[in-house]
Amino acid sequence: MMRVLVVLAILVALGALKLPIERDLAALHRKEHFRGVEFNLDLREKLGQLGFVAALSGFRGIVADALFIQAHVAWERTEWGRILLLFRHITTLQPRMLLFWDTAAWHMAWNASVAAMNDQTQPRLALRVKAQREYFALGKDFLERGIKNNPDRPELYEALARLYKEKYKDHERASEFYAKAAALPDAAPFDRRFSAYELSYCEGREREAYNRLRELYDEGEQERLPALIARLRFLEDKLNIPQDRRIPDKRPVVK
Amino acid sequence: MTNMEDASMLQPFNDSITVKSHRAFSLGRITAITLNTLTELTRLRVFYVLLVFALLLIGSSIFMAQFSFQQEFQILKDVSLGAISIFTSLLAIVATARLIPQDIEDRTIYTILAKPVPRFEYLLGKIAGVLLLLAISTLVMSAAFLLVLYLREQTVIHTTLKQMAGAPPEQIAEALRVIRSSALNTDLLPGIIIIYLKACLLAALTLFVSTFATTNIFTIVVMAFVYFIGHLQAIAREYWLQEHSSGLVTRVFLAILALLFPDLQSFNLVDDIIAGTAISLALFAKTALLGIFYTTIYTLLAAFVFYGKEL
Repeated sequence: MMRVLVVLAILVALGALKLPIERDLAALHRKEHFRGVEFNLDLREKLGQLGFVAALSGFRGIVADALFIQAHVAWERTEWGRILLLFRHITTLQPRMLLFWDTAAWHMAWNASVAAMNDQTQPRLALRVKAQREYFALGKDFLERGIKNNPDRPELYEALARLYKEKYKDHERASEFYAKAAALPDAAPFDRRFSAYELSYCEGREREAYNRLRELYDEGEQERLPALIARLRFLEDKLNIPQDRRIPDKRPVVK
Repeated sequence: MTNMEDASMLQPFNDSITVKSHRAFSLGRITAITLNTLTELTRLRVFYVLLVFALLLIGSSIFMAQFSFQQEFQILKDVSLGAISIFTSLLAIVATARLIPQDIEDRTIYTILAKPVPRFEYLLGKIAGVLLLLAISTLVMSAAFLLVLYLREQTVIHTTLKQMAGAPPEQIAEALRVIRSSALNTDLLPGIIIIYLKACLLAALTLFVSTFATTNIFTIVVMAFVYFIGHLQAIAREYWLQEHSSGLVTRVFLAILALLFPDLQSFNLVDDIIAGTAISLALFAKTALLGIFYTTIYTLLAAFVFYGKEL
């Protein structure tokens, strides 16, 4: 009995000793983007008892994968509401996994929105357009929340730029997000270029776009891609750039 | 024969014997117990079944539904590392829980402790045997996982190169970079080491519980609870230290959880590593040190309880 009490006392004393160490480590984990998931009642309700216990026991990734496979099956059956619900759970469980945010946004803004627009059961065009816009917004929301959870990685900024460009036809916002992606480490080499391309479509910002494209052009051959040259020529014409300051015309002369 | 004659007869005999003095701590004795424990454990077929099951799981994950290569690699890594984590934890608990009760049942413990083997050495040898078994299992499973991942990566690279035969070199290089970055990741290695350290902690804790338990079933059941409570400990700790509005009973209960149980959530880093979060050296070192601290403490406590145990 005495030995048990001594053991308990040692455990409590060591427990008090380890508390600050554990707290410091937990703080370091959070600082370095580990332990990003809040295990609360809301998550428990979303996942159900079993999923919650599994996620809590260190199998968060596996639970998220299982839900991801379910979402894949739901996609094959075009159950858009279920996909939305599942991806909300998945992204809650694995907020640092870019693939999940990106796929969720793609399903909403590209697949579900097209399905809504082609919905044969809805005869009114206005309602189909409304549904389509709602799915765009859901896709955008996934990407924005993804960026909030992963502000240090360029992929989701690129995805949001693509969404603005292709779905909202908002070239200014697309350019802005490509530029944000380009400013981050590990950004793709095309981000700067794409940002300038998108800016070249914005009314009133042609001069800025021209300067940025010209800057890229002057960096050397690796940047002198057909799309860049085409946009630069377009802006040279639009801004009436003097002939001597224009890029050399290597196009074959048509007789 | 007189006593003098006896002595004269015995003298030459005693001279020929080199008497070794008994050392209080002997690495040789611990190694002997360790190797014996390892042999004993590897003879149990249940461990082979677990190992084969883990390997099957890792292998089968590559036949998952048709996903893009990023999704496929992601699922492969999640399932494989999850399997490694659960099997090492199971091995740690099940293997350690049977060590002392089995030796008592077989009466081997009496044979060993009747010799000049201190109880601490006996326990140290036993736990070292389990830790060695865990290290071998983790190595085998990790090697199989990394091999499968490498082979899948090579297949995807081969297919991509074929598909992009006429593309500009910049695009091919970018595609290969994306494939490689989503497959093998050097941060996986510290993640696997942390999984091993978590299993070591569980083994030491199981040994501690088994020193006062009478059956291995009791130890396993207690450890199952400890496993889940350990994963909740961080929540209990934060709630106890930050929330002051709750009642006294709740606060005492939370304090007990926070003080007596280890924080097992600290060792669940692989989910975020797979998601692409880089693990810094400081974070890895601190987590590893915490794991070693827990393992040492629980082993010492086990020895303390074991010294008082009536055999």
